[in-house]
Amino acid sequence: MRIPSLVVLALTLMVRPLMAQDINSYTLENGMEVLVIEDHRAPVVVQMVWYRAGAADEKPGVSGVAHFLEHLLFKATDDLESGELSDTVAANGGSDNAFTSKDYTAYYQRIAADRLELVMTMEADRMRDLRLTVDDIATERDVILEERNMRTENNPSALFSEQRTAAQYMNHPYGIPIIGWKHEMSKLSLEDALAYYRRYYAPNNAILVVAGDVQPTDVLALAQKHYGPLAPTVDLPKRNRTIEPPQLSERRLSYQDARVSQPYVIRTYLAPERNSGDQTQSAALTMLAELLGGNGQTSVLSRKLQFEQQKAIYTSAFYDGMSLDQTTFGLVIVPSVGISLTEGEALLDAAVAEFIEEGVDAEQFERIKMQLRAGLIYEQDNVQALANRYGSALTSGLTIKDVQDWPQILQDVTAEDVIKAAALLLDKKQAVTGWLSTPTTTEQVSQ
Amino acid sequence: MKQIYLALIALLTFATTAQAEVKIQQITSPGGITAWLVEEHSIPFTSLEIRFKGGANLDAAGKRGATNLMVGLLEEGAGDKDARQFAAAAERLAASFGFSTRNDSLSVSAKFLSENRKAAMALLQTALQTPRFDQDAIDRVRAQIVSGIQSDAKDPDKISGRTFDELAFAGHPYATSRSGALESVAALTRDDLLAAKLATMARDRLHVAAVGDITPTQLGALLDELLGDLPAVGADMPERAKYQLKGGVTLVPYDTPQSVVTFGLEGIKRDDDDFFAAYLMNTIFGGSGRQSRLMEEVREKRGLTYGVYSYLLPMDYAELYMGSVASANDRVAESIDVIRTEWIKLAENGVTEDELNGAKTYLTGAYPLRFDGNGPIANIMVGMQMQGLPVDYIATRNDKVNAVTLDDIARVAKRMVRPEDLHFVVVGQPEGLEASD
Repeated sequence: MRIPSLVVLALTLMVRPLMAQDINSYTLENGMEVLVIEDHRAPVVVQMVWYRAGAADEKPGVSGVAHFLEHLLFKATDDLESGELSDTVAANGGSDNAFTSKDYTAYYQRIAADRLELVMTMEADRMRDLRLTVDDIATERDVILEERNMRTENNPSALFSEQRTAAQYMNHPYGIPIIGWKHEMSKLSLEDALAYYRRYYAPNNAILVVAGDVQPTDVLALAQKHYGPLAPTVDLPKRNRTIEPPQLSERRLSYQDARVSQPYVIRTYLAPERNSGDQTQSAALTMLAELLGGNGQTSVLSRKLQFEQQKAIYTSAFYDGMSLDQTTFGLVIVPSVGISLTEGEALLDAAVAEFIEEGVDAEQFERIKMQLRAGLIYEQDNVQALANRYGSALTSGLTIKDVQDWPQILQDVTAEDVIKAAALLLDKKQAVTGWLSTPTTTEQVSQ
Repeated sequence: MKQIYLALIALLTFATTAQAEVKIQQITSPGGITAWLVEEHSIPFTSLEIRFKGGANLDAAGKRGATNLMVGLLEEGAGDKDARQFAAAAERLAASFGFSTRNDSLSVSAKFLSENRKAAMALLQTALQTPRFDQDAIDRVRAQIVSGIQSDAKDPDKISGRTFDELAFAGHPYATSRSGALESVAALTRDDLLAAKLATMARDRLHVAAVGDITPTQLGALLDELLGDLPAVGADMPERAKYQLKGGVTLVPYDTPQSVVTFGLEGIKRDDDDFFAAYLMNTIFGGSGRQSRLMEEVREKRGLTYGVYSYLLPMDYAELYMGSVASANDRVAESIDVIRTEWIKLAENGVTEDELNGAKTYLTGAYPLRFDGNGPIANIMVGMQMQGLPVDYIATRNDKVNAVTLDDIARVAKRMVRPEDLHFVVVGQPEGLEASD
C-alpha cells in the first residue's frame, strides 16, 4: 500500500533519471574499462583506478601482500621518484590515497579538473613500471606492522573480529584478515610483492572511474593516450577462489581482554551476496537488516530490546551484499547493566523469532523504502560516493546495469520476501556467535 | 500573518583559483535572525547548519555532562511525539537531523527534501523548542553515555588526549570530558537538562548557514519558525583557560602493544596577525600528511609509525599546538626522539623557501576543492561565522596564505616552537623512556 505523497516522489525521481544518463562507459583495446560520471557543479575531478585484486586473491602464506603492495605503489617507478606522485598531487592542491579490500585495491586522486591529465600520466606509469628496492621493503614493512598495531593489536574488538571471521570461513580466503596475519606480514618480501604486482596490476584487470567536471569524450581520449599503450597480463587468472564446504556445525567463541569495557554478543551468518542479474535475495537481506537494526529508535531490535524492555544499550543488524563471494549477515546486542551475555543472546534470539512470527510492519517497511528513494536525491550531492559504488561493484562481479537496477529491486522487495530471507537467522549451523568480555565475569564488569 | 521582510546585506561572488564560485547571500529574517545562504537549486534538497556558541563549556558547576546529555535527548521525544514517534516521523519525511555538542559550541544539522521542507522543519522545531526529556528517555540515553565514558577510560587514544587536557587546563571545562564523569552523569536530573538547554540554546549566540534548494524568503520564514521562540539570552560565557603544563614527559602505564602519544604546548589565536605564518609552518612540519617533515622522518625514512601529525588548535578560550604519534612499545622512544630533533631543527632553522612555496601551492590549490556539496559548504560558512570571519574571507584567504614570508615563519617559530615547553603524554608500556614528573 502506498500513500499518495510517496507516489508523487517516485514520479519525481523518474523524471530525473539518475545514473543511466550520467554514466558513460568504454573499453580500451587492452581490456581496461573506463567509466565517466559527470558532475559540473564544481571544477573538481576524482580519478580512481580499481584493480580486480584484493586480499582474497593472495596466495597462501603471504597474507597482507595486497595491502603491502598498495603502500609500495607510492614508491619509485621508472619515471617517478619515491613519493613524487603524492608530492606532485599536493603541489597542485590535490589529495590522493588508496585502499585495499578483500576483493579490490583502488587508488585515487582528487584535484582541480584541469589537472586530470597530470594525475592520469602518473597513475598509468605506476600500473606496470614500479621500481622497488630492498630498502623500500624493510621500511614499509615496519609501517604496515605499525598500522596493524594501531588498527588491530591495540583494539580488542578488532582482535575479536579477526578470530570470528577466521571461524566463519572454513576454507575461503575471506577468513584471512586484509591487513594480514602478523607472523606472515613480518616475512613479506620484495618477491612476494612483485609477484602479486606483475600478475594483477594490468589494464585488463583494471577499471578507470573518472567523476566530476569532465566531458566523457575528453576522458576517453586521455585514457587511450595514457592507459592505452600499457600491455595486458596475458595469463590473467580467473578469480576462482576456494569454496566453502557445507557448514554443518554452529561455531561459538569467547574472547576476553582486559582492555574491554563494554561486553557484547555478536553473531554472523554466512549469507548470499549480490550476483550479476540475480540480486533479489540480496535485496531482501538488505531490507531485513534495515528493518531489524537500521535505526536506533525505530528498528525492530531497538524497539523490542531498548524500548519495550530496557535490556540493551545498543542493538544492530548489518549486511553488505557487495562482495564477490559469500558474505555475512550480522546481529549485535550490547546488554544493559546487570544483563549477562547469556541473557543478552537469548533476548536477541527471542526478538528475531518474534519478528518472523509477527511479520513486517507495513508502515516501517514503507518508511525505509521512502528513505531509499530519497537517498537517490541526496547522493547526487556526492559524486565521489557514486564513483566508489561503481568501482566496488565492478570489482565485485557486478555490472553497471546491476548497479542501476539495484534501487528498483530494493523497492520491489515484499514483506513475504523479507520473512523468507529471515529464515537464514534461524539456522545457526552456518553461524558464528562471539562473546567479547573482560577476564572477570560479565556481571562484575557491568557494575 | 507576518509580513515577509528580507534584508539582503551582501551578495558576493568569489572566483577562487580553480574558479569555484560560491555566491553567499547574507540574509536577515523578518524576526531578525541572520544567516548565510548559498542557493543551489539543481538538486531538490537543502542542508541547514545551526550553531550556538558556548556548548558544553556552559555546564553548571558540578553538572559536567549536562549539555551533552541534553543534546542527546533533543531527538528522543518532542512536542506530542515520544522518541520512537519522533524518529518514525523523520524517517517518513526522509529528513535527517543531527544534534551534537563540543566544548565551544552546540550544533544542529538538518538535511531535508524540498517537497517535505515545511513538515521537516515543523518536526525539527519541536525538537529545538519543546523537547520532552521523558524520564525513560533520560535513563536510556544516560546508559549509552555511561557506556561511552567507560569505553573511553580503556581507549589509549582517549586516555592520552584526556591526560594532556587534564594537565594543561586543570580547573577549566577544557580539562574534563564534555560527556562528564560517571558520578556527575549519574546525578543529572531532568531539571539540570532544562537548565542546560536554557543556558546553551539562545538567540544571542546563534549562527546559521544554509545551502540548497531554498530562496532567501523561504529561509527567512523558516528560521523565524524554527528559532524565533528560543530565549533571547543564554548563560555567561566561561573565563579563559590558563595553560598550566610545563615541558617534559608524562607516562600513563597501560598494558597494550603500541604506545599512543599526544604532544603539544600553547598555541596561537585564530585572529593573531601571525596565524597564517603559524599555519604554513605547521603545514610543512606536520600538517600536510605524507608531505610533512614529521611523516618523512618518522614514517618514510624509519618506518616507526603508520601516522604522525601536528595541528594548530585555536579554541575560544585557549590555544594549543598539538600532535600525535603511535609506535610499538619498543620503538616509541625513538619516535619521540626524532620528533624532538625535528622540533629543535624547526625552532633553530625555520623552513626553506622551497618548502614554503610548496606549502603555498598545496594550500591555495586545495582550498577551492573543499567547496563540494551542499553539506560541506554549509559547514564551512557556519564555521566562518563562528570564527568571526567576514563574508568576503573566501576571496581573500589565499592571498593571506601567499603573503607569508620566510621572515614571518622565522618569527613565529621563535615564538611558538619552544623546545623546553613541548610536553609528551605516553600511554602504553614504552621501553627506554623516563617520565619527567
